[in-house]
Amino acid sequence: MTTTPEVVAAPARRHLTTRGRRWRPDRAGAPIVLALVLIGGTLVFGDSFASAQNFGNIALDSSYLLLIATGMTLVILSGGIDLSVGSLLALAGVLTAYGARWGSIAAVVLPLLVCAAFGLANGLLIARARIAPFIVTLAALLFARGLAFAVADEGNTVYIIPADLTLTRLGQARWLGLHAPVWLALLAFAVGVVILNRTRFGQAVFAVGDNQEAAELMGLPVARVRLLVYVASAVLAGVAGVLVAAQTQSGLPTIGEGRELEAIAAVVIGGTLLSGGAGSLSGTLAGVLLLKVIQNLINQVGTLTAYYQQVVSGTFLIVVVLIQSRLARRRLR
Amino acid sequence: MLDTLRRRRDRADVLRFLQVGGVYVATALILAFNLFFTPNFATLANLRLQLVQVAPVAIVAIGMALVIATEGIDLSVGSTMAISAALLPLYIGYGVWPAIAVALVAGVAVGAVNGSLVAFAGMQPIIATLGVLVAGRGLALVFANGRLTELFDPTLDALGNESVLGVPISVLLVVTVAAIAGVVVRRAAFGRQLVAVGGNRAAANLAGLPVKRTLVAVYVVSGVLAAAAGVLSTARQGASDPSFVGLLIELSAITAVVVGGTPLSGGRVRILGTLTGALLMQLITATVIQQNLPDSTARMIQAAIIVAAVYVQRGRSRA
Amino acid sequence: MTTPAIDVRSVSKHFAGVRALDSVSLELNPGEVHALVGENGAGKSTLIKLITGVYRPDAGEVRYLGEPVAFGGPRDAQAAGISTIYQEVNLVPLRSVASNLFLGREPKNRLGLIDYRRMHRAARETLSRYGISVDVRRRLGELGLGVQQMIAVARALSTEARVVIMDEPTSSLEPREVDLLAGVVDMLRRQRVAVLYVTHKLDEVFRFCERVTVLRDGRRAHTGAVAGTTRLRLVATMLGRDIDDVREHGATTFTDEHRSVAGEPMLRAVGLSRRPQLDDVTVEVHAGEVVGLAGLLGSGRTETAKAMFGADPVDSGSVSVGGRTRRRWSPAVAIRNGVGMIPEDRKAEGVIADLSVRDNIVLAALPRLTTAGFLSERRQSDLVDTFVRRLRIKVANTDQKVRELSGGNQQKVLLARMLCLHPKVLILDEPTRGVDVGAKSEIQSLIDELAEQGLGVLLISSELEEVVEGADRVLVLRDGAVVGTLRGDDVSEERIMRAIAVASDEAAADPSTTDAPAPEDADA
Repeated sequence: MTTTPEVVAAPARRHLTTRGRRWRPDRAGAPIVLALVLIGGTLVFGDSFASAQNFGNIALDSSYLLLIATGMTLVILSGGIDLSVGSLLALAGVLTAYGARWGSIAAVVLPLLVCAAFGLANGLLIARARIAPFIVTLAALLFARGLAFAVADEGNTVYIIPADLTLTRLGQARWLGLHAPVWLALLAFAVGVVILNRTRFGQAVFAVGDNQEAAELMGLPVARVRLLVYVASAVLAGVAGVLVAAQTQSGLPTIGEGRELEAIAAVVIGGTLLSGGAGSLSGTLAGVLLLKVIQNLINQVGTLTAYYQQVVSGTFLIVVVLIQSRLARRRLR
Repeated sequence: MLDTLRRRRDRADVLRFLQVGGVYVATALILAFNLFFTPNFATLANLRLQLVQVAPVAIVAIGMALVIATEGIDLSVGSTMAISAALLPLYIGYGVWPAIAVALVAGVAVGAVNGSLVAFAGMQPIIATLGVLVAGRGLALVFANGRLTELFDPTLDALGNESVLGVPISVLLVVTVAAIAGVVVRRAAFGRQLVAVGGNRAAANLAGLPVKRTLVAVYVVSGVLAAAAGVLSTARQGASDPSFVGLLIELSAITAVVVGGTPLSGGRVRILGTLTGALLMQLITATVIQQNLPDSTARMIQAAIIVAAVYVQRGRSRA
Repeated sequence: MTTPAIDVRSVSKHFAGVRALDSVSLELNPGEVHALVGENGAGKSTLIKLITGVYRPDAGEVRYLGEPVAFGGPRDAQAAGISTIYQEVNLVPLRSVASNLFLGREPKNRLGLIDYRRMHRAARETLSRYGISVDVRRRLGELGLGVQQMIAVARALSTEARVVIMDEPTSSLEPREVDLLAGVVDMLRRQRVAVLYVTHKLDEVFRFCERVTVLRDGRRAHTGAVAGTTRLRLVATMLGRDIDDVREHGATTFTDEHRSVAGEPMLRAVGLSRRPQLDDVTVEVHAGEVVGLAGLLGSGRTETAKAMFGADPVDSGSVSVGGRTRRRWSPAVAIRNGVGMIPEDRKAEGVIADLSVRDNIVLAALPRLTTAGFLSERRQSDLVDTFVRRLRIKVANTDQKVRELSGGNQQKVLLARMLCLHPKVLILDEPTRGVDVGAKSEIQSLIDELAEQGLGVLLISSELEEVVEGADRVLVLRDGAVVGTLRGDDVSEERIMRAIAVASDEAAADPSTTDAPAPEDADA
């Protein structure tokens, strides 16, 4: 055995040629489209679109979705899916209003605890009992919705949150022109980014979604990771629910329908692979904004076309995902 | 050691029985419960009512079962129902049958879109049908201008409310669809292809099966059945209501399929199980109402049953 | 008298009536490189799984560093100091090279957050110790299999392991990379690490190992010093046959009569190219001929097979059957034209595990068994029964699910599936992988028989004896290109390995394909 020869990983034939760029076209898609849409909207609608007030509304609308989508991003990155977040939002709202009679603390702690419990149940059934995430969270969707109705006496009772409660005042506060939910959503987003990109847990989330068996063999705590993402998702949905209740000062069990699908759409549009393993929170942010801006633009056109909003949203989702998968397929080759 | 093996085998047998027969047992139990504790349950009128109420879900669930067998999912069925409901009043001027035909063709079109996205664009079914769910409901509302339209047509009314030899027509429809589906799955090449594609798509492809064509076809079937359910629903109500018809029906359909023993991972279809699953869910709701329990209880019970059903099922795939 | 690092004492393991291991013992000493050899299905992977805690033994015990252990799983084994390098690269392809190296152990900065700069630097240092120079920020999946495998080795060895188990580590490595691995093994030996080296390449046994244990049919057939045995004797022990018999008739049941066939090729692929897996590959198969495709893992054999079957598209090139070129090529078209294929990974692409044996066999023949869209039960049964009998598929009844069959029987089901179409050409990708000895020889004899009857066969196998003894003509592939053709008596293991090695040296010497100066002669 003489000198160990150098194995250079560059020999062209042994490798898939990539241009080695760090810029990923499939992920840059959403921000670019967002920028285009913003520019286009301003050009067409002028002040009614590009005003501080309108942007403030868009931001407020987006904040609840951002909270949910942040949790959804973690879940999807780990290879799972969470259909229960819409129902959890409603449940949290009802519980907030219900718990308001005991003060602000109770009004916040009660819904978050219950949501965490749901997240834990989801996580256990998925990670330990190994039942498909789609089914488990579907069942949770039904159960949570049922519970929300049960607490609200089948919708007959609407609990009101008094206006002088700290919760209400904080929830409806505005700082630097932005509503409280926006700040909270941005905070959750920032924390999420740090956790996902700068902690071992975050790296593990990616790995588990990429190749679960390998992650297991590499010694990662796969079951724990899979469980925790569902807890996170549920708690974030709970936070969103608390905020909605604070804003509307009431707890309605009927809200949140379809929010989970909206969140999934935002995550996918943002470039996260539905199969997991690759994606980013910043992409999700772009996806959330994109969805909300488009909804806003359609509303600018007039009331008759409210139904067209849905048509456009649905088609938009399909087109974006199509383009993305085309780009992604070309890269992975 | 032989002892542990025997115990393991016994447990496996029980598990297998539950997986296959669980839904029947549960349905039998709930029927028995109602026979004893619910007054007026065992009347013909009530039975007929239950069956008629479950008919649209049952039809949609059959289509859903076929899609799930290919390892896919169709979230757009509710919107397809809405589109078909919205089109009926627009075309009823040409006659009731042409209107129904148009509604069914719309179902084919939606199914074709779904199927193409999945088969040719390689999109994941959950996202593709999600997009169609959103866009489709909007389209239905556009067609109907968001309004509820009453329909006064004797044939339509008969379809929804009349009976033949004591059996409601809608129930006859369900039975026919189920029978056809059963035969196709068991005896037709298409049925084998679909189950093969769901069992192992790559293997099916290498065996020369027309994978893409099969996928498109199965979503078209789901679309047509959803459209038919939309017609049925409208016929029964006597009104076309695209805002509400079929809302959340995809959840009920998926539940019926899963509880009925068809695995989400594909590879097998249980038509009879699906029907029973739909019936079971319907009976739960009915029982809850008649026992004066809050409606929310029904949802919670359904959730628990779903989990139990899949929990029992997963034993099989790990064998 | 040193305590063995691993002491396996008379372990047995059963699976649903199949005896995977029967009272097997093995001693692995510190600083020793111990070879574990045996045919597929002999029990090698079961033994490894018992040591690392994936399975529990039904009888006997495993001792680690003198103490009996029962690990909860590979994670626990790893934490205790037993590192495993698998044949498949068990890493996460979408993450970067550096991430893969440090997953679960990423270095943190003072704030408790991951320190990427330090991680990337450490990654570069570690890899350079293995002679690998690559951008550590690249996605792992973008690199070639050989490099990925070396990175897996680097990761496995970055923990303080006392025992390293290497399972077929060189299956995707080029000769130069194998030399690197040799250096690694040396280093481990010096560090008094115990190495269990599982391989079916007997040359490596003699090159790297001091002791060897042979498993056959779940039992230990031999254990002893490598110096005290010969290649021939090892082969004979693995197969349970007489030495002279093996010497005369070879290791496989292929007859070593070579057929040379003239005339129009039955299946012809010309200039198949698809960057970067295929580079102008041309293959011809004549009736009654067995053509072998040899090469390392990742050299393009499976890609060639799939391209010829129409399963994967090509950027350029054409395929013709019976002289007629087809425009639109797909598995369905190929089958209709008399070409059949058995894929490499029968679990992922071959059998439909939850369907019955019967449904699996008739799968490809469905169009021929249907009238007006409906299947004829009787014709199905006839077909299935015929082939179950002919191929001697062991089933309780044909409604049994395929997943319950042994590897060998599953492979036969796939063969039946293709054979009931009466094909003219059969592409076989690793037909005896994961198949027990008995079924293996049955399949090999069957291939011979079919070729005798005029079927053209394209045979891909990682077991060189199969290719050498079974094929009439061998094409050697490397990096997606054909680098050599051997015929008749020229076909031998050394010639094949040489063709691969020569090509890799040429690539190294060619300044356009490397970034480093060519190494000194490493094949000495």
